[in-house]
Amino acid sequence: MISTAQTASGAMAVIDAKAVRAEIGKDRLLKMYRQMLLIRRFEEQASVAYEARKIAGFLHAYIGQEAVQTGFYDHLDPKRDATVTSYRCHALALLCGLDPKELMAELFGKVTGNVRGKGGSMHFFSKEKNMLGGHGIVGGQIPVGTGAAFSAKYKKTGGVSVTYLGDGASPQGTFHESLNMASLWNLPAIYVIENNMYGMGTACTRASSVQDIAAAKAPGYNMASFTFDGLDLYASWKTAQQAIALARSGKPVLIEAKTYRYRGHSVSDAATYRTKEEVDKYKLLDPIERIKADLITEKWLTDAGAEQLYEQVVTQIKEALTFSDESPEPPLSELTRHVYAE
Amino acid sequence: MSALMAHPLKASRKLDTKQGDPLNGHKGVLLSDGNQLLSMRMALCQALYEEMKRDPTIFVMGEEVAQYNGAYKVTKGLLDEFGAERVIDTPITESGFAGLAVGAAMTGLRPVIEFMSWNFSFPAFDQIISNASKMCYMTGGMFPIPLVMRGPNGAGPRVSSQHSHAVEALYSHFPGLIVVSPSTPYDAKGLMKTALRQNNPVCFLENEMLYNYEQDIPTSEYLIPFGKGDIKREGTDCTIVAISRSVHWALEAADELAKEGISCEVVDPRTIKPLDIELIANSVRKTNRCVVVEECYKTGGIGAEIATQLMELVFDDLDAPVGRVTTTENPMPYAANLEHETLPKPHRIVAAVKKACYR
Repeated sequence: MISTAQTASGAMAVIDAKAVRAEIGKDRLLKMYRQMLLIRRFEEQASVAYEARKIAGFLHAYIGQEAVQTGFYDHLDPKRDATVTSYRCHALALLCGLDPKELMAELFGKVTGNVRGKGGSMHFFSKEKNMLGGHGIVGGQIPVGTGAAFSAKYKKTGGVSVTYLGDGASPQGTFHESLNMASLWNLPAIYVIENNMYGMGTACTRASSVQDIAAAKAPGYNMASFTFDGLDLYASWKTAQQAIALARSGKPVLIEAKTYRYRGHSVSDAATYRTKEEVDKYKLLDPIERIKADLITEKWLTDAGAEQLYEQVVTQIKEALTFSDESPEPPLSELTRHVYAE
Repeated sequence: MSALMAHPLKASRKLDTKQGDPLNGHKGVLLSDGNQLLSMRMALCQALYEEMKRDPTIFVMGEEVAQYNGAYKVTKGLLDEFGAERVIDTPITESGFAGLAVGAAMTGLRPVIEFMSWNFSFPAFDQIISNASKMCYMTGGMFPIPLVMRGPNGAGPRVSSQHSHAVEALYSHFPGLIVVSPSTPYDAKGLMKTALRQNNPVCFLENEMLYNYEQDIPTSEYLIPFGKGDIKREGTDCTIVAISRSVHWALEAADELAKEGISCEVVDPRTIKPLDIELIANSVRKTNRCVVVEECYKTGGIGAEIATQLMELVFDDLDAPVGRVTTTENPMPYAANLEHETLPKPHRIVAAVKKACYR
């Protein structure tokens, strides 16, 4: 299968899926497949728990977009590289290797949760993995990611920061301000626009003056850019490899992943602003199913092995749900704790 | 003893004449008694200088802070001393660099950002409120934000509506922020050093009209803790709680009132959040009267908060309702006479104290 990545110069770089697959290799591809399965199952089951009123507030599913952050994370070293994203943050936390138990418990509002039941679905974090959130204000995380790149340069760690944002965040002022600073100061910053075509219920065509956001805007900041098929793990992985190399050399990069979310903006969104046909069309391109098929074709995975892998993930999420159910709510002493640093 | 009593302000502009340069960076004028004479801006600069020497994770960022030496010269000389990696001129991009500072604070650095004036913090409001103030809490304590946001606050001279805000009440409203508002060089230096050694986001509100105030302060190191107010003048008849520049107006008013036999105690909380309400309450237990003076607006202002807390703490000790002298409830006008009437100037303080004393 052929996918394309487009550079800011307009040149179309052809991604040879077979070659990229060979470069990734069996072990890493299996690992990424399992990560995507885990993200998918986590969010499917979280949605079920939401319907059962065990989870409240907002719940923004990443379902359909898994290939984007999974392909990127495979290249990152959390000891020196930082990541930050929007409120659609479950996937990044799982990719960081955080235990589904603490993440699900956070959704359940329990003290055993990732941030002690104080953040909920939009605010997953990890100090150890340099994962800076989980941010609830559209575009609010973009300068934060820029700051992580600033720190890497200041401390000369060789690290990069990867900031994820939606198409809906690109019209925000923080986007412009961050890209300008990153380019001006040669920060090792990567900005990934995950264009899932809708900012809540407003189509990107109704919100953005340009539709190829990265390709159109990067030249304005004197930045390199890439655009890739976000439903294709190989395109994501290959783009990330190139972009991270550029960023490590002190050149910030703007990237756009053309992707799609199968669910509504959040669990409460019936998504009446798009057709069933459109959703079905993208479901046929499901990033996880495609990788599964390739793994089987390559004989890197048998049907029985796939079944076994899936059951492992199901069990892991089931355990997370049980753990969350059984965990206590935060004690009332937590109410005013952590308002200030201890 | 109070800082002001121990280290009186100099009314004369000694530094201007001695140095030929009132904007002398961090180097004070050594005095024969072992103290040093410093202006407010130099005291702030000295605190930054000393702490940057001590802690390599501190960097200073903002508009005109480096090559221009700061719009108000508070950062004068820091670029020469610490280089462009640590003293960084930004584009005019307040939301951008405030958010960058939050990200830097989350990844091991200790940023100091300058808002050329706190009026320009409004484009960065989301970063200050949604990110800086809430990060420690919403991460369950995982990511404290050691961040100092500083710059001049309150009315400048004749700069009208958009450049005259006082933001003490605004930023004090939000849990997670520390709000500091010093009135003297001594306090400014000690509080800035504290700000640079703790792990919370601090709104450090300076005052443009106080940058030239001079004071003898020690050359030896000292820190002033947050939440400890200071009595700037002792008195027995009425407590005047005043903040930042208002402290000096209150002292003027106290001089006037003394001529009429009214003895005022001027209490400077120094930090609005945390607020040293015990010091204020103890003063009121003695004087039984209180007037609060501030540059914020009356509605939802610091005076409203202090009056309420006094009602809760010393209701039975009060012989009169707590008075409030604030900026009048209008955007700052340009005309000199209107500007004068808008601000909580001494004549309004005198009237409010007399009212509280039934005089």
